[in-house]
Amino acid sequence: MAAPTPSMLPQLLDKHQAQLMKDWLAGQRAAGVVVDVESDERVRRFIAALRQGASSNADDVKNADWAAARDVLEQISRERALKGSTPVETVMFVFSLKDPLFALLRRECGSDADRLAREIANAMHLLDQLGLYTVEVFQKSREEVIGRQQEELLELSTPVVQLWDGVIAVPLIGTLDSARTQVVMESLLEEIVRTGAEIAIIDITGVPTVDTLVAQHLLKTVSAARLMGADCIISGIRPQIAQTIVHLGVELDVISKATMADAFAVALRRTGRMVVSRAGNGKGASKAENGDKAAGKTGAGQSGE
Amino acid sequence: MIVEKSETLPVRVSEDVVRVRQLVRVHAVKAGFSLVDQTKIVTAASEIARNTIDYGGGGEARIESVTLGIRKGVRLTFSDKGPGIEDIERALRDGYTTGGGLGLGLSGAKRLSNEFDIQSAPGQGTTVSLARWK
Ligand SMILES: Nc1ncnc2c1ncn2[C@@H]1O[C@H](COP(=O)(O)OP(=O)(O)OP(=O)(O)O)[C@@H](O)[C@H]1O
Ligand SMILES: [Mg+2]
Repeated sequence: MAAPTPSMLPQLLDKHQAQLMKDWLAGQRAAGVVVDVESDERVRRFIAALRQGASSNADDVKNADWAAARDVLEQISRERALKGSTPVETVMFVFSLKDPLFALLRRECGSDADRLAREIANAMHLLDQLGLYTVEVFQKSREEVIGRQQEELLELSTPVVQLWDGVIAVPLIGTLDSARTQVVMESLLEEIVRTGAEIAIIDITGVPTVDTLVAQHLLKTVSAARLMGADCIISGIRPQIAQTIVHLGVELDVISKATMADAFAVALRRTGRMVVSRAGNGKGASKAENGDKAAGKTGAGQSGE
Repeated sequence: MIVEKSETLPVRVSEDVVRVRQLVRVHAVKAGFSLVDQTKIVTAASEIARNTIDYGGGGEARIESVTLGIRKGVRLTFSDKGPGIEDIERALRDGYTTGGGLGLGLSGAKRLSNEFDIQSAPGQGTTVSLARWK
């Protein structure tokens, strides 16, 4: 929608910049837009960018002449997306400019109703596009944030820790979908190689449901570890899970222990070590020695999903 | 058998499996199931829900709290409009899989349930229903 006569917008923005800045900031406050130390500078930059775009007569804000305006909006949208603001709050930055700008146009056009209608339609068209663009960038940034959080969560939830020379452990927590299992498997194998571990303990206390898919993932991980020269011990199989696995018909052909402590004791014994109480502490024998027989406690009753 | 409460969930993506498990858990807890019984029906639900996605191309799950006299139970019905199962008996055999799985989902779910039924024919989709009583 190209205006037939050049718009008065650029001159208007030049002439009344100070007034517009003041009114717009007040409008932003009223609309619930966060106004902070950077707002002045940002508002100034946006008005300058708007002036630049409007004087180009390009009425599509995706055009290169609008690059500076888009820059400001992108920056705001990203910031707000990171802070968890709503899209409405974010887009009000642009839309709150309508009232003060239209007021200026009205004053400037005086009794020329035709001119005023044209100018307002033009300004509205531009600001609506800029608003939509803001929402678009905001949405994209939100998705990026969520995607990054998911990735971080994937890594966060699968820390492989070294318990002792030659003994590593990975406590699994949450739902073991295929993506997470892949990450677990990879980091476990990497750690086996890096530390030369002989024994890897996989603790599933925090896994709410062990179905055939989870079982298959576990079995694959165990076989892969075996190929790298490490034996796995699965710990934290709660009684209800153990019973269910049996009914499913899954055979976890791997050493399993009730608790991570029991598994650790076995691991120490297997690698030729022993835990001994210090003299004077009563029992001299190690707990590690009867780790194999220990029924152990069975973690927290139930972990939710 | 009286249906006290009935809820339906979509079963299309793997997150839906988690949602189904959570809701089945809620019904099982309300029915007063022991931890073992909760785990059994939740695991059975997980198996059938995954089959609905993997082989049935997605469908839906109906989760119901039911009573029969003084007994409380949870009944689950999974239905899809996928290719159907040609030979149900073979599909129920331990170790039979066409998808590189363990082939224990259907048979395992059956063992984890008190009642189990498959309605399926080639081109007709599949409906698996199961129930577990307190
Ligand atoms: N809803 C369905 N629609 C079509 N075919 C199905 C459906 N459910 C199961 N099947 C068929 O039955 C076979 C056995 O299913 P089952 O769940 O026992 O094993 P699986 O899914 O292959 O492996 P897993 O042990 O991981 O469950 C499947 O491989 C598939 O061919
Ligand atoms: Mg299956």
